[in-house]
Amino acid sequence: MSREAFIAGIREASGIPVAVVAAGYLGFGALAADYGIPVGITVLSTVAIWALPGQLILVEMHTLGAPFVALLLSVVLSSARFLPMTLVLMPLMRHARRRGWRYYLAAQLLSLVGWTMAMARFPSLAREQRLAWFTGFTLVCVAGSAVATTVGHMLAEGLTPLAKTGLVFMAPMYYLLILTGGVRDRVAAAGLACGALAGPLAYLVSPEWSVLGGGLAGGTLAWLVLRAAKHHA
Amino acid sequence: MLELALVVLVCGAATYLWRGLGVAISGHLDPDSEAFRWIACVAFAMIAGLVMRMLLIPTGALAETAFFERLSGSAAALGAYFWLTRRNLFAGVLAGAITVWLLKWFAA
Repeated sequence: MSREAFIAGIREASGIPVAVVAAGYLGFGALAADYGIPVGITVLSTVAIWALPGQLILVEMHTLGAPFVALLLSVVLSSARFLPMTLVLMPLMRHARRRGWRYYLAAQLLSLVGWTMAMARFPSLAREQRLAWFTGFTLVCVAGSAVATTVGHMLAEGLTPLAKTGLVFMAPMYYLLILTGGVRDRVAAAGLACGALAGPLAYLVSPEWSVLGGGLAGGTLAWLVLRAAKHHA
Repeated sequence: MLELALVVLVCGAATYLWRGLGVAISGHLDPDSEAFRWIACVAFAMIAGLVMRMLLIPTGALAETAFFERLSGSAAALGAYFWLTRRNLFAGVLAGAITVWLLKWFAA
């Protein structure tokens, strides 16, 4: 493990990236407290599931008394996005000298913030440093989110709607800036443009399926456009 | 309490299925193949779609903001990031959040 790259990852996460995920988990902690879920279980869900949409579904369906099978199925479907995300990320990190289990650990640490930042940052990182950088970066995100979940749970009553609004707006701004500023190749650009179009449309059709459905529709469209452009060139 | 903890752990393991599957398959996938390009397109489209949806059709606490407020916040974030600073994420995100917060505060 490259120590310097690991520390660089920790340093780069400590700031806006961890603030962005933490802001989301602050809200989640407060929500879980409202639903009467103990703080220990709430934090456990952050570390064990580490996917905010899935955690929200778990908390809401549990409160509604939904059957376990339905709850589990909904959580599983909500996290299907991790498959394409790991499929794209892993080949960029793979290095002959690193053992396999490290990649399986990195997959558990993967989140939206870690993925977007890695896609923007990897081109300027040597291949053998990427896994260490990613591990450092995402560990800070998980740790910060666990703390934020606890704080949010304790603060549940104290957060004013105005304070919450400022916090939750940080997440879309963060992704907007990384995606427009950091990603440069044609595949990414086409995917982003078509996804930005397809995502909201898919949400109008079916909120539950919008992330996956919009991604599949927008991504396929982008892929077709790229292919057509290549054949014409 | 114990039962709920178990439910949480099972959900964690189930979520990991996708992550682990991705690692296992990725070893057999050629990054230069058309299949890989398609998956990359889908991954980027998912994220962009999600962010766009959050800005156009927000839910939760974000739904408390007006479209104009989110538009101004986005413009401030992009402006601070690309023009005022040399791509400083901190400045960009903060400019966006503060803009929305101020607009809400004046409206209140």
